[in-house]
Amino acid sequence: MPFTPPKDSFSGKIFEVGIGRGEKAVTIGGENVMPFHGFEGSAPGKPAVAFEVQDIPPDDWPDTVKEVFKDVSGDPVTWASYCQDSLGADAIALRLAGTHPDRGDISAEQAAETVKKVLDAVKVPLIILGSNHAEKDTAVLVRAAEAAKGTNSVIGKAQEANYKTIAAAAMANGLKLIAMSELDINLSKQLNILITQMGFDKEKLITDPMCSALSYGLEYTYSVMERIKQAALAQNDAVLQPPMLADVGMYVWKVKETQAAEADLPEWGELAGRGIAWEAVTASSFLISGAELLIMRHPAAVSAVKKFIAEFSMEVR
Amino acid sequence: MALTGVEIFKLLPKTNCKKCGQPTCLAFAMKLAQRQVSLDQCPDVSEEAKQKLGEASAPPIRPVSLGAGAKAVKMGEEMVLFRHEKKFVNPCAFAVEIKDTLSAADAARKIEEAAASEIDRVGQKLRVDALFLSNDSGDAAKFLELAKLAAARAPEMPVIVSTTSPDAAEASLGQFAGKKAVLYGANAGNLQAMAEKAKAAKATLGIAAKDIDELCELTEKAKALGIEDMVLDSGARSAGEILRDNTYIRRAALKKNFKPLGYPVITFANRPGDTLLEALVAGLAVEKYASIVVLGTAEKWKNLALFSLRQNIYTDPQVPMQVQQKIYKIGEPGPKAPFMITTNFSLTYFIVSGEVENSKVPCRLAVMDSEGLSVLTAWAAGKFTASKIAQFITESGVEGELEQKELIIPGYVAILSGAIEDKLAGWKITVGPREANGIPAFLKARAV
Repeated sequence: MPFTPPKDSFSGKIFEVGIGRGEKAVTIGGENVMPFHGFEGSAPGKPAVAFEVQDIPPDDWPDTVKEVFKDVSGDPVTWASYCQDSLGADAIALRLAGTHPDRGDISAEQAAETVKKVLDAVKVPLIILGSNHAEKDTAVLVRAAEAAKGTNSVIGKAQEANYKTIAAAAMANGLKLIAMSELDINLSKQLNILITQMGFDKEKLITDPMCSALSYGLEYTYSVMERIKQAALAQNDAVLQPPMLADVGMYVWKVKETQAAEADLPEWGELAGRGIAWEAVTASSFLISGAELLIMRHPAAVSAVKKFIAEFSMEVR
Repeated sequence: MALTGVEIFKLLPKTNCKKCGQPTCLAFAMKLAQRQVSLDQCPDVSEEAKQKLGEASAPPIRPVSLGAGAKAVKMGEEMVLFRHEKKFVNPCAFAVEIKDTLSAADAARKIEEAAASEIDRVGQKLRVDALFLSNDSGDAAKFLELAKLAAARAPEMPVIVSTTSPDAAEASLGQFAGKKAVLYGANAGNLQAMAEKAKAAKATLGIAAKDIDELCELTEKAKALGIEDMVLDSGARSAGEILRDNTYIRRAALKKNFKPLGYPVITFANRPGDTLLEALVAGLAVEKYASIVVLGTAEKWKNLALFSLRQNIYTDPQVPMQVQQKIYKIGEPGPKAPFMITTNFSLTYFIVSGEVENSKVPCRLAVMDSEGLSVLTAWAAGKFTASKIAQFITESGVEGELEQKELIIPGYVAILSGAIEDKLAGWKITVGPREANGIPAFLKARAV
């Protein structure tokens, strides 16, 4: 019996979203097939990996990943430049962690200063993230958006509780916007609708369906992403056609598997390799389920994920 | 294509005799179409119908056992392409490659490493499931030595014997009689001889094709030679090839009921010298349709990541993962240590216990059976109520371990605090944080 490949084709297509400016600008999305299914359609873009940088030293990161940045993490500009120049980052994700009321309560003005300095120092696209404190983020991200005006940076995350102010700020300053909801395709859809109803262009959105770590809910994020992608492609649901983000590092580097010493749990094996594998396996799984943009921390994990991505355009036999 | 209930009904005796346990032949036909009953439950079915229905009711991906006995792994029988549609059925096997070019000592060490890989994770025993013995030397005598070593050191582990030489295959398969080994390496040049060796040893035949077209030809030929159990290798090696071929194979089997590809798939993730990349490619194989994933190495940390991923991907999307109801001790809690309660949804437990650990404050954590629901959902569904909590705490006997009878409840169910106090005489109920990430700050503040 001759074999005819059973190909799937879809009427829908993921929006192509450009971020940053100049030579280092990056485009994500644009495919009309499931992730890496270029064999049956068009998948022009490659997923991008952003290195996470914080406005304050990463005291809460485990040693495996904190050590790598110990010479640069005292200053966000040095840290971001290091990721761009020495690690070849596609993009930088600047998390304004120090603005959180429990982490120093840095003012919106000061945070905006940091954003400006980092923007002046790096050429790769910038993703500006709040501290995930819905109320404080409103103030911080408005000022941060003003500081990034006209740079085509990404800002977020807009959530149900604060999307109005943040979306308005992104719109006024020409930025791309991350819309995050909690692990539910309908919540993602609803938030994207609410934001577009304000007049925000849906082709400037990035959906964050909420990340999780391997063994800590990975399967939920994985399946929500696959369902969003299928609705976007097969049902041509425009509201679900923005590319997706997986904010991997912050979920991975707080679980026990990335922190517990081998001496305490010998059956888990060597700690550094385990932590790096935890981040890389989590990240690569979300590429398979549909993320086009990743935020990661450990250079070894990022480099493995990059090699993994490269293997999709490789014929070895 | 699978037959519909009505098509099946036409082939049944239509006597409504009820001997099958169903009220009518139509009801039986409907259940048959959904694969909830099997055809042999009908005593009066004709031979002709049996043949037609047998073919149509066979699962689109043939069930094949890897190995025999307690450590056998079921493969095949998958029904969907995406895990949100329905549970992925048979978790894939991880097989670690042992080459016959290794010294006996190195090979023994690798075999024992794989055999000792079992760990307990959320109540499941997980391990490297199989050995992939590879005849890299091309020398039949060396290969036989390796087979003997594996049979002696890991007698219960399922084995895949990889060679393109029928003679080498016969000799080493002899070491695994009755163990349902896989003979991998049947290709266009040796198919007939390999099929004979597999048949004689009652082994599964592993087809090693150049591409999917050749794969289809080879499985049809093998079937004509009387081989029923096969595993498929389309020759895919890069991540892109694996995703494409495994997707085509799964789709062809499920959507077109294309029999030549209706067998479990073996995927090679080996990346010599780059064990981390190997982990990622193996992860792709877990997610995208492999039944056997061949690895080059089995470091403990890599095993843990891959076992966890397989567990996540093969979880039933409709049934939340649960942990056992009991009082967990985190750190070494003394009589003054805080005592908290939450529900038994595995994610809730993992996150809460993780945050308690992060706080470095030793604690007792009561995990109550809420049928796998998270705190707020369990409360809304009446599974996490004051009287149930009180009953659990009383029956647990934890009281005797505590200096002060104080229970910390999740902030989301603050509303329950009064009712629990009424039902638990002498207890003080304290309302904790709403979100788990507030636990470290909460516990540290108490400890001062």
